[in-house]
Amino acid sequence: MNLHEFQAKALFRSVGIPVPPAELITRIGDVREAWPRLESGSALVKAQVHSGGRGKAGGVVHVTGPAEAEAAVARLLGTRLVTGQSGPEGLPVDQVLMEPAAAIAREFYFAMLVDRAQASVVMVVSAEGGMDIETLARERPEAVVTMQIHPVTGVMPFHGRRVAQVLGLTAEPARAVAKLVRDAYRLFQSSDAQLLEINPLVLTADDQLLALDGKLVIDDSAAYRQREIFGLRDARQRNEAEERAQEHDLNYIRLDGNIGCMVNGAGLAMATMDLIQHHGGQPANFLDVGGGTTVERVTEAFKLILSDTAVRAVLVNIFGGIVRCDLIAEGIIAAIREVHIEVPVIVRLEGTNAEAGRAALAASGLDIVAAADLDRAARAAVEAAA
Amino acid sequence: MSILVDRETRVICQGFTGRQGTYHSEQAIAYGTNLVGGVTPGKGGQRHLDRPVFDTVAQAVQEAGAQASMIYVPAAFAADAICEAADAGVELVVCITEGIPVQDMIRVKQYLGQTAVRLIGPNCPGIITPEACKIGIMPGYIHRRGRVGIVSRSGTLTYEAVKQTTDLGLGQTTCIGIGGDPIQGMDFVDCLRLFAEDPETEGVLMVGEIGGDAEERAAEYIRESYPKPVAAYIAGATAPPGRRMGHAGAIIAGGQGTAQQKILALRDAGAEIAASPAELGAAMARALA
Repeated sequence: MNLHEFQAKALFRSVGIPVPPAELITRIGDVREAWPRLESGSALVKAQVHSGGRGKAGGVVHVTGPAEAEAAVARLLGTRLVTGQSGPEGLPVDQVLMEPAAAIAREFYFAMLVDRAQASVVMVVSAEGGMDIETLARERPEAVVTMQIHPVTGVMPFHGRRVAQVLGLTAEPARAVAKLVRDAYRLFQSSDAQLLEINPLVLTADDQLLALDGKLVIDDSAAYRQREIFGLRDARQRNEAEERAQEHDLNYIRLDGNIGCMVNGAGLAMATMDLIQHHGGQPANFLDVGGGTTVERVTEAFKLILSDTAVRAVLVNIFGGIVRCDLIAEGIIAAIREVHIEVPVIVRLEGTNAEAGRAALAASGLDIVAAADLDRAARAAVEAAA
Repeated sequence: MSILVDRETRVICQGFTGRQGTYHSEQAIAYGTNLVGGVTPGKGGQRHLDRPVFDTVAQAVQEAGAQASMIYVPAAFAADAICEAADAGVELVVCITEGIPVQDMIRVKQYLGQTAVRLIGPNCPGIITPEACKIGIMPGYIHRRGRVGIVSRSGTLTYEAVKQTTDLGLGQTTCIGIGGDPIQGMDFVDCLRLFAEDPETEGVLMVGEIGGDAEERAAEYIRESYPKPVAAYIAGATAPPGRRMGHAGAIIAGGQGTAQQKILALRDAGAEIAASPAELGAAMARALA
């Protein structure tokens, strides 16, 4: 789960990571009252959306007084911000964060994330912050330093000394960064984070470290023991259809094509998308109906797929293991009767009770194309959508 | 021959008396698996499915000689269950449970590194040696005893690979679903190494997917001097970058872990590549020819 910048920074503050004072604004009328509390002649007004690249998209505005701040807030609040990562429909700006503009001497990059190969947390730092870390890692890998944090020892004093050295910090700032490393790891562990990123981490003109931006991604599997953090979830930052899918335990991602897909299993779902493209078609979505499929979920899956008006054909590909194909067939029949479907539906059923499932589909009198195997199913769907 | 499990393997189930544990234990017994009992804390001394229930895995090892354990406990208790099995001296732990927090798996992996136990999963379909031993949620009847080893990161896509090799008359020695989580037990290389040593396995079919670098490491391993033909398929060639495709592991991050990179690495290492998921069996047959 993604958190907003202001939520991440509140968690940073709670463990002692230095962040600027900030005012969260949800109504234009609050700007004037909040402004004096910043105790600064100039400030940044930052749109709170779940996306990077806000600066380039006009989502971060430098202002030099309450009137300018009001104008900036008025321009952002209630609109949708389109960034390089948000998709063309953009993301709703329901809150903006107002922070005093810091006098920046240097900018760094700091992150912690889970490294699958080493099965541990790694820290990624660079003395060249503020820019896109992936570009930097590609173009000048020597400027990016990664260090493993062993799960048995956690952060050790040498980690702090090494980070200070990489960032070129001495004396008080070196001590401050060593503390930041410890605090960040503590938060990373206690919040079940998958990614903690501070970009930029800055050294101010008066030698203070400050986390100017903050990103925190929490492991969805830990929701059961991170209730408080999951309570911060902002459903409006997600695609409506994807949000609805989650409510029904479906895994749905909308794509650009016109062939709707309903598949059980993530690997098979990706493979089905690949096969559609292999035959010259374009998948409209990724949809994994999961293992314990019920009539309700199949119906809901059809509704989701058809909520995309670009869909010209639906391909159902089920390999029944635990799920019985005859039950899936019942679900498909019920769904087609309930949801008004005007596009061709191609169904491939394989696995447990597949024969019975196919027989049920044939007997239903509905216009369903039963495909004998995976390849023929994909071809039929591509032809139907062409 | 086969790898890891056969007709003799003494298997227990952790989470034995729960709904999932009960259902899949019944299926395993019906398939012919030598299921010698199960563990549910607090229910020791009872009998379930005509087999003994133990309070601890240690007791199941002592009294029933458990060698392998299949785990069907809820995610919140899975890390504990895996470590308990390892501590008790079980040789093979198969964890079917999905949704275990990553930080739990970091600790589990660390702990297992100090033991000789092998872990399959979590979040996987399990392992099966056809007509001998089924530990997992796969439909048993699609398998046939035969010539190829199968190792896969996916669930239902593994069944696809199994069915196609069965239909072509190749059959399988052992099939392993290693799971789709970012931090897991055995990986492709571990399985390939065991298949290399198994006299009955004539070739290996590996089914990978986008994300991580397990396929690239497998490619490096087989490039050196792998004694048997390998066929491979990578799912997710058309997946958009940055989106998580169901499996926690299946995400393309910053140009890393793309299907194209994995396919190139495997082809370059001498593997026969299946161009589509409908050609898994055919690619294996080509590699063996």
